[in-house]
Amino acid sequence: MDLYSLTLTDIAKKIKNKEVTIKEVLDSVYSRIDEVEPKVDAYITLTRDMAYQRAEELQQRLDNGEDIGVLGGVPIAIKDNICTNSVKTTCASRMLENFTPIYNATVVKRLEDAGAIMVGKTNMDEFAMGSSTETSYIKKTKNPWNLARVPGGSSGGSAAAVSADMAYAALGSDTGGSIRQPASYCSVVGLKPTYGLISRFGLIAFASSLDQIGPFTKTVEDAALMLNVIAGYDKMDTTSANVEKVDYVSGLSNNLNGKVVGIPTDFITDGINKDVKLAYDKAIETVKNAGAKVQEIKLEYAKYSLATYYIIATAEASSNLGRYDGIRYGYRAKDFSDLDELYVKSRTEGFGEEVKRRIMLGTYVLSSGYYDAYYKRAQQVRTLIVENFKKAFEACDVIMIPTAPNTSFKFGAHNASPLEMYLEDIYTVPVNIAGLPGISVPGGFDNNGMPIGIQFIAKAFDEKTLLQAAYAFEQNTDYHTERPKIEEGK
Amino acid sequence: MKDYEVIIGLEVHAELSTKTKIYCNCSTSFGADPNTHCCPICTGMPGTLPVLNEKVVEYAIKAGLATNCEISRFSKQDRKNYFYPDLPKAYQISQYDLPLCIGGHVDINVDGNKKTIGITRIHIEEDAGKLIHDAYTGDTLVDMNRCAVPLIEIVSEPDIRNADEAVAYMQTLKSILEYLEVCDCKMQEGSLRCDVNLSVRPVGQKEFGTRTETKNLNSFRAIHNLIEFETKRQIEVLENGGVIHQETIRWDDAKGVGYAMRSKEDAQDYRYFPEPDLAPIVLSDEYINDIKNSLPEMPHIKKERYVSEFNLPEYDAEILTASKHTADYFEKATAACNNPKAVANWIMGDFTKMLNEKEIEINESKVTEENLASLICLIDKGTISSKIAKQIFEEMFETGEKAEDIVNKKGLVQISDEGAIKEIVKKVVEANPQSVADYKAGKDRAIGFLVGQIMKETKGKANPQIVNKLLLEIINN
Repeated sequence: MDLYSLTLTDIAKKIKNKEVTIKEVLDSVYSRIDEVEPKVDAYITLTRDMAYQRAEELQQRLDNGEDIGVLGGVPIAIKDNICTNSVKTTCASRMLENFTPIYNATVVKRLEDAGAIMVGKTNMDEFAMGSSTETSYIKKTKNPWNLARVPGGSSGGSAAAVSADMAYAALGSDTGGSIRQPASYCSVVGLKPTYGLISRFGLIAFASSLDQIGPFTKTVEDAALMLNVIAGYDKMDTTSANVEKVDYVSGLSNNLNGKVVGIPTDFITDGINKDVKLAYDKAIETVKNAGAKVQEIKLEYAKYSLATYYIIATAEASSNLGRYDGIRYGYRAKDFSDLDELYVKSRTEGFGEEVKRRIMLGTYVLSSGYYDAYYKRAQQVRTLIVENFKKAFEACDVIMIPTAPNTSFKFGAHNASPLEMYLEDIYTVPVNIAGLPGISVPGGFDNNGMPIGIQFIAKAFDEKTLLQAAYAFEQNTDYHTERPKIEEGK
Repeated sequence: MKDYEVIIGLEVHAELSTKTKIYCNCSTSFGADPNTHCCPICTGMPGTLPVLNEKVVEYAIKAGLATNCEISRFSKQDRKNYFYPDLPKAYQISQYDLPLCIGGHVDINVDGNKKTIGITRIHIEEDAGKLIHDAYTGDTLVDMNRCAVPLIEIVSEPDIRNADEAVAYMQTLKSILEYLEVCDCKMQEGSLRCDVNLSVRPVGQKEFGTRTETKNLNSFRAIHNLIEFETKRQIEVLENGGVIHQETIRWDDAKGVGYAMRSKEDAQDYRYFPEPDLAPIVLSDEYINDIKNSLPEMPHIKKERYVSEFNLPEYDAEILTASKHTADYFEKATAACNNPKAVANWIMGDFTKMLNEKEIEINESKVTEENLASLICLIDKGTISSKIAKQIFEEMFETGEKAEDIVNKKGLVQISDEGAIKEIVKKVVEANPQSVADYKAGKDRAIGFLVGQIMKETKGKANPQIVNKLLLEIINN
């Protein structure tokens, strides 16, 4: 078996036990990248030289008998909106095409401290705005399960990289489903932790009150291991929560005895693809068979999540993206006659269509005279959605819903109507609005062989229960053992 | 011409004298090389997040308590969005609808008349950077050292009616902030500055007139002159049948002229919304009480104490306590020489005149409190005359030398030895028989001439009381 196809947990053990050298692991991953990356295009930047240099250092320390960390020597990919010191961080935008941060994001520092090696920076929708990675200015990432289809988004590069065995794990960010939806499309595990569990310091902001960093992995156990490394309070991010450290790996078991799984029947409506619905019904049987009690619950306000999301997220984005003005760094237009023109031309040329659409939406909803009708009202609805989930969790331990109403679509399928694309986030967005943790695990395939994801949602900061449910589901199915062929299909 | 009433409200910006900036650990000190006091956070690099400096909250609460404001137990920070090259995030973090302090007031004193000026609110916010225009190349450069230096904005009610009241209000605020040691109040460096909102209306009219705003005035003189100018301008416009536009005035202090900038700026929509990167500021009663208990003695309390403890006239006490620096100086010097009235007289007299000429504050003077005290002791002991003391003080002011050293170096010790003075008196009396005769004929002025001659002989060092006594004795014998 090739080294690159192992799980994060297994490869970390092999390195620690000196069954393999870190260089052998890197060689395996980079030769895999050399083989399939030309077809998949998951990466914007590869950090090969840095990686080998670091591998050498880590190996030396390991050979000296030092503890090099729980992820010692393991190659990991980072989404290109997470700042990496002296490595370009582009947000897949022309605006930041040549931007190199001078500091590391907290999560990058934590991964480094745990011994991980960065293999590269992954492609994404521009500034994380999109559900297909098609809005990237740099390149189009293909779905390893069918190269004619999208990998989902916005963290499509990270999902594709893990799915195609080009990294053992990857970091993504999730504002409205940007980890879970591509995880679902690419048949990998994608975890969006509770808002505040992971430091956002160094994550280039899209929507500050919704953004959260999380891991892509091949298994639920690997996700728990990644969470152990990156979770925890950071004094550089005052929205990060000072909660007790939990070991997410220990105690994972393959049954759900005594657990109640909530099924929000009022939320699963007509818009859903019939294969996804079938997979979901099967998933209900799976958790029942694993020992869980299934409980019907109501999420009557969840249907307003998308509307709420497109007000709050765009409002925050319109402000967060103001700093890209061509003055200090990033893209600056060539010809301008005064300051206004410098701003207008730089931003017009530097941002793509989707980003500009959202900046305009956000600017509009915050405008004087419209604030109360849109932003304020959206915040009120947000509170209702939070309460809605709280109430639901009185009757169950976790909620299970599909990750997305459809499976991966062909490139350009939603070009004509951005709204259709927005609907792909219908099952993921409520979780961000309520600040809850959610995870997508492989849950089947449609009749075209494209992956389907099943999503679990838990109470805030109850990742332990969330991972337990996901793990039991995974252990009672075998979808996660299927590998993509990395070729063009229907 | 109708009678007009002037309505003025001030928005005062005070830079807080915390060591570090409001959302990062960069230094706030003034005058460093451009772009040396900044980091990824205060320059708004992608991915960075603000962390509120708790000292800023503490200082703002101090200002709020000292101006009789209600301190909000729950307040939040908001983003004020606009584009400008000195604003690296394209938004300023400020406070919009839930400021830290609300509803206070201060008492001001104009020509002995007391008046209360309402304070609408005090909120915390970050300063912007500075643009430097290079006249030679035509380039504009950005210095981000001042980015995210903490500010409080103190917004007054429209209770001010003329330039003198505005200046008195500003002076009162300056004094309070100095006493609290929350702002160094160096107006010439911009650490205390104000925006003037001004409108006029015919006396008796209920509605306010349209107001203009003049930003960033950083001297009492500029505030005073701008108000006089703008009041006159607005009245003239109305008298000529014109209308006042809501606009920004740019004040040229050197020329004493304001220019209306009919700019788009007034139409700007700042799109305020709650700052999602910062949690709300929630304060406990205990925290606020602790700050309340730590407040220093404020000027009006100190003034009463000066009258009762030092027996000073109210007028002196008022002047000495107006500035914390002056009050501190006064107390230290008094403790060292035990002659409060003399210290007060020195400070209020020549000393202040000289400070004003040099445009420096008393704490920046070369004359230390101890040195002024020992100068006063020398007079009190009769070692030097008060006339000589003035000369000595001038030198102390220039060089910072000690009074004793100057006295010794120049041999300025007062001659109080009656024997020595008597010889000189005799000599002068003998040399001026005509003056003696004039005095005896009833011309009292002649005595002054004789004293002058004696002082001239002694280079001013003779003890004047002894000179007077001996002169009269000798002539009358």
